[in-house]
Amino acid sequence: MKKDIILAGVGGQGILSIAATIGTAALKAGLFLKQAEVHGMSQRGGDVQSNLRISDRDIASDLIPFGKADMIISVEPMESLRYLPMLSPEGWLVTNTKPYINIRNYPEMDKLMAEIESQPRHIALDADEIARELGSPKSANMVILGAASPFLDISFKELQDAIRNIFSKKGDEIIRVNLDALQAGYDFAGKHMN
Amino acid sequence: MQKLLLLGDEAIAQGAIDAGISGIYAYPGTPSTEITEYVMHSKEAKSLNIVAAWGANEKTAMETALGMSYAGKRAMVCMKHVGLNVAADAFVNSAITGANGGLIVVAADDPSMHSSQNEQDSRFFGKFALMPILEPGNQQEAYDMVHLGFELSEKFRIPVLMRITTRLAHSRSGVARREVRKQNDLKLPDNLKQFILLPANARRQYKTLLNNQASFIKSSEESPFNYLIDHNDKKLGIIACGLAYNYLIENFEDHRVPHPVLRIGQYPVPEKMIRNIYNSCDSLLILEDGYPLVEELLRGLLNNGKTIKGRLDGTVPRDGELNPNIVAVALGLADTRGRDIPALVTGRPPSLCKGCPHIYSYNALNEALSEFYKGRVFSDIGCYTLGALEPFDAINSCVDMGASITMAKGAADAGLIPSVAVIGDSTFTHSGMTGLLDAVNAGSSITVMILDNGTTGMTGGQDSAAVGKIEDICQALGVSKEHIRILNPLQKYHEENLAIMKEEIDYKGVSVIIPRRECIQTLTRRMREEKKKQATEKAEA
Repeated sequence: MKKDIILAGVGGQGILSIAATIGTAALKAGLFLKQAEVHGMSQRGGDVQSNLRISDRDIASDLIPFGKADMIISVEPMESLRYLPMLSPEGWLVTNTKPYINIRNYPEMDKLMAEIESQPRHIALDADEIARELGSPKSANMVILGAASPFLDISFKELQDAIRNIFSKKGDEIIRVNLDALQAGYDFAGKHMN
Repeated sequence: MQKLLLLGDEAIAQGAIDAGISGIYAYPGTPSTEITEYVMHSKEAKSLNIVAAWGANEKTAMETALGMSYAGKRAMVCMKHVGLNVAADAFVNSAITGANGGLIVVAADDPSMHSSQNEQDSRFFGKFALMPILEPGNQQEAYDMVHLGFELSEKFRIPVLMRITTRLAHSRSGVARREVRKQNDLKLPDNLKQFILLPANARRQYKTLLNNQASFIKSSEESPFNYLIDHNDKKLGIIACGLAYNYLIENFEDHRVPHPVLRIGQYPVPEKMIRNIYNSCDSLLILEDGYPLVEELLRGLLNNGKTIKGRLDGTVPRDGELNPNIVAVALGLADTRGRDIPALVTGRPPSLCKGCPHIYSYNALNEALSEFYKGRVFSDIGCYTLGALEPFDAINSCVDMGASITMAKGAADAGLIPSVAVIGDSTFTHSGMTGLLDAVNAGSSITVMILDNGTTGMTGGQDSAAVGKIEDICQALGVSKEHIRILNPLQKYHEENLAIMKEEIDYKGVSVIIPRRECIQTLTRRMREEKKKQATEKAEA
């Protein structure tokens, strides 16, 4: 088993909490893991990514080779496309459709969405909207993770356990909303997987 | 023991705690910051009374660590690659004094300049200083090499340089710990003249250092981190240093490379091992995540031996960090690069945070300078370097820590009046104070704007040595009290602020303007923690 995942977003959007959840579940399942992060200047509102690699065998490179990523998980639509050279021809693109506009020349939304729709395997969802409907706007990340979960080769239950583990200090209510968000993303993916 | 999931930086820090350091010193700098932070936040380190402290700059940190080594205890000092330039005087001379207690200098290089002004390779510095160098290839090695490094340092009485790069510093993986070693007792050097580099002593000590080179090389030949993996296809031999080895084996099924591979993690280079792989193969490919150090050694000026491929002949790009695809192409394998980035994807450069005090300061400075032609603002290293970008376009230089003030002075000497320097509080105490003294002594017509957000912001909000001291420092250096002006960088004080800026820019002499407001990141963090504390107190009541 091997899953190479690019996590994408904008500095401050918190892609590392997605990485932490997958990482916790992967370690629990006894898998090897490497996770390269971006620290420093780019964290100030710039484009950020994380290379997350999990495998049942020893992992060599901290960086995923170009064209070999099994999945891009992005919390921002334009950022999801920045890493297409990393994605394998059979790979999945799972992205939020809610744009984060902190630059002047952000592309037009319809063209951006057309580009995402043209990707052979993709799941695109407005995770912010789904999270808000659930009454927990801050858990959009977990909606995205839920939508990516069918492709992870980690059981849904292990992801749920990881959320319980990571948010254990924050109380039952926070755990519940994050679990709901994960479920909502999973349900969305189930309906849109083709 | 269960493995810990650690960044390369954290693995070094945990290694240092477990190897029995008594102190760790640093100045924050990406990608090295997390090493010292980890020790600062470690309960274990606290219970062991390990000193973990930010110095005013890398040089003071290096010297403090050397002092701890003098006293017989193990010490570590950490910096980014350009920080080693600042610490260079102490660093190079420390090879001549030698160590007493074990001393490891960690330099974190940043090939591809993710968060830096250059991509210099610190291995050259280690070679220049004639010091042993360790270059870990993964997180576990980073941890293990700290133990080996301290042993080498105490065995040969020499500081050891550990060189890492961004990818290892900021990538997590599982690390197995060893037993915690007890700290050294206080013990002065056997020879109390060891650290006196008077010429007569220095000549003797330098000879010792030169004589020790053979032992360092022997240690490299026997190092567990230097080894040959032999394979049949000898048309090509590969030398892979540090992380480059991972990118190499990533390209082969079961990580089995068909060619002989010499993996290097300890320097000086293991000469015999290199001679062996050179003699047994038709040609060599050198893979280094940095400058072509080993490659240059092997090619030499005349390059009249077997074919040596690498960064110098274009087989590997001359600059930038390596990755598995660059190595694949160098090996003649297919590039697996996927679809192109669609044309509509635009750059998203970093920007100042919403609510950042520098935003106001730059807008006001631009307005205050609007009557002059552009090109007279010298700036420095920090978040505020982003003032170079849209929408501010407010600064004209960013070179090295502290250069804003001295470059403004030089430009003023050349006739560019007014010249303005923009520097952060932490950068000012790092390397700006001496330049300000130069300007005061010369009576230069410069205005120095010290953006005081009370923290070292760019690297994540570490303590700033300048807090509460800036006006006193400026005054003590000779800036007249009337020309040290403190502003509250908020739009509601704009009229007053603008008048002050214009006055001081017009002043023919050294003036200092200090816009003072807390960094929005540290403020937010502080408020959150206070709220949490209040909630806990309320719950307890």
